[in-house]
Amino acid sequence: MTDIPLDTMVRAAAPARRDIGLKARYAAERRFRIYGVLAISVGLAFLAIMLITIVSKGYTAFWQTTVTLPINFDEKIIDPSNKRATDPDVLIKANYPKLADKALMAKLGIDPSNKPMALKLKGFLSEGARVQLRDIVVADPSVIGTTRNVDILAAANLDSAFKGQIDLNVEEARRKVSDQQIAWMNQLKADGTMAEHFNKGLFTYGASSRPETSGMGVAIIGSFYMMVIVLLLALPIGVAASIYLEEFAKKNRFTDLIEVNINNLAAVPSIVFGLLGLAVFINFLGMPRSAAFVGGLVLTLMTLPTIIIATRAALAAVPPSIRSAALGLGASKMQMVFQHILPLAAPGILTGTIIGLARALGETAPLLLIGMVAFVADYPKTPFDPATALPVQIYMWANEAERAFVERMSGAIIILLVFLMAMNITAIVLRRRFERRW
Amino acid sequence: MNIMTEQSLENAVGDKMNAKSNEVIKMRGDKVGVFYGEKQALFDVNLDVRLNQVTALIGPSGCGKSTFLRCLNRMNDTIDSARVTGKITLDQEDIYDKSIDVVELRARVGMVFQKPNPFPKSIYENVAYGPRIHGLAKRKADMDQIVESSLKKAAIWNEVKDRLHEPGTGLSGGQQQRLCIARAIAVSPEVILMDEPCSALDPIATARVEELIDELRQNYTIVIVTHSMQQAARVSQRTAMFHLGYLVEEGATDKMFTNPDDKRTQDYITGRFG
Repeated sequence: MTDIPLDTMVRAAAPARRDIGLKARYAAERRFRIYGVLAISVGLAFLAIMLITIVSKGYTAFWQTTVTLPINFDEKIIDPSNKRATDPDVLIKANYPKLADKALMAKLGIDPSNKPMALKLKGFLSEGARVQLRDIVVADPSVIGTTRNVDILAAANLDSAFKGQIDLNVEEARRKVSDQQIAWMNQLKADGTMAEHFNKGLFTYGASSRPETSGMGVAIIGSFYMMVIVLLLALPIGVAASIYLEEFAKKNRFTDLIEVNINNLAAVPSIVFGLLGLAVFINFLGMPRSAAFVGGLVLTLMTLPTIIIATRAALAAVPPSIRSAALGLGASKMQMVFQHILPLAAPGILTGTIIGLARALGETAPLLLIGMVAFVADYPKTPFDPATALPVQIYMWANEAERAFVERMSGAIIILLVFLMAMNITAIVLRRRFERRW
Repeated sequence: MNIMTEQSLENAVGDKMNAKSNEVIKMRGDKVGVFYGEKQALFDVNLDVRLNQVTALIGPSGCGKSTFLRCLNRMNDTIDSARVTGKITLDQEDIYDKSIDVVELRARVGMVFQKPNPFPKSIYENVAYGPRIHGLAKRKADMDQIVESSLKKAAIWNEVKDRLHEPGTGLSGGQQQRLCIARAIAVSPEVILMDEPCSALDPIATARVEELIDELRQNYTIVIVTHSMQQAARVSQRTAMFHLGYLVEEGATDKMFTNPDDKRTQDYITGRFG
């Protein structure tokens, strides 16, 4: 075949190049790529703006200014008529703010008889000092008559001023902190009496009209109760329903209808579930308002379709060969499902459940309707006590005008986002770890 | 499709001779029809499966041979729209009768599938699963015994005995298929159905499985669906030819491959269609 010398071979003339529109095709592809990059950039930019705004506004919420004062638990002020042995109310009703004011005046070298100066001190320390000092005395009445150092919360305005959030160039009458207070603040700052500490109160306090004593304690407990209720109800009900629909139910018009309805339910606005909860659980069944239990039930209804859809998808993704193998060995349908299909579908079910829970954790609208948007200062002891939820707390703080509440709102958003991110990362890790390939 | 080699023909004839003494009918299909919804996939099939013989079902794709095979242990029950008419008996008992439990039937009529489908569990667990759900082993020692003998019968024991607790899915394709055969044997079935067991295997693995089928014939009755004419000739004593949902012809394998009665069989095995 190759014995003909190359030069004697007739060379085929190259055919004329056809115009097959290559230029236009490549140009179209380039344009499409540019659109794609633009779309992603816009999305990322908005995400970055949102996160930067929230974090820059909110990170200061994790710090709280306190004034460390040597408080003299003066018996004459706490219990002037010495009745505390017989009347325990004395210790509760005592004039504790006066103790703090006296200590502060002593620290600043103000004569207590100088009324105009004493008046200017008003609003320097938080009203929360009353509760702070009362708790110390009630817990241990033997402190009466002694002196000890206590970190008294600064009032919200001084807290803002201390963090440099108040514009001092504004004329004095139009800002909430007077020049005299600023001067005292700088004096206390210089000798280390006034300082910022990590704000534990943000995680432990309940509702309060004063920003410095308000926190998300009640909301965290309320959200926790609701998540537990959703998990306990939605997971078993959702998984059982999915297994029945996917593995046992005959495929007919009725099951088709159910399937369509489940898919539609997943798209129903959440506020409608709130209305349902209000009408059925509270008005018809007479369950308590503002209770985490009712909130949990409503969120369960809302989460069920998500869990059912995810579970059915996970069950359907188990290859038919595994089903055949189990049935071919004489496993009953029940054994096939619970010994083979369910373990293989578990990572998918878990992922779907966590994503459903995360959605429920961030849900606000239905909770507003069942009264979880309440002023709750005390921790709910059971899920039947009034409580709020994390996103509702954010909503309530967003309605407040004070600078310090805005800061706390942003802090709460950061905390909620951290919770949600942790849940989503857990879901991804679980899926990565347990996912099987065939 | 190539015409069969002389060698495999002789083997087939030899096997046929050996099996002559044993002509008990283990399973019988009587006017079996299968509908998938409105569509009929199988028409009036009358076919006998003989004890301790290998019956091969051949025919072009979509001819109903797998459908028939799946009727024999009622795997068609798992398809909602499937409906079976006629009568199939196992030792004279109608397997579609209400008195027969499908779980018990499948313990008696085991199945090996086209694609190796070990459970994503250890090799040991794969084999032990069947005996466990049927309560065949009371103690762990009994179970170990069943697992070992099943793996030995499936000619895979030597390859896996040191790694019984490693996942079955980590084996090669041919090993996986023999593991699946061991799994089917472990419940001591009377009949083993094989649906193109070698179609996903290379020629060497195929040869091993074919050898194995021939050995298993001593203790089990085997029905095998295959697309390979050579395989049918090599492993089976009887062959049934399906076409378009009908049973065209059934008979001793050597006769089917040398002197078939029906022209369609002749055309199919010589590769003129299909």
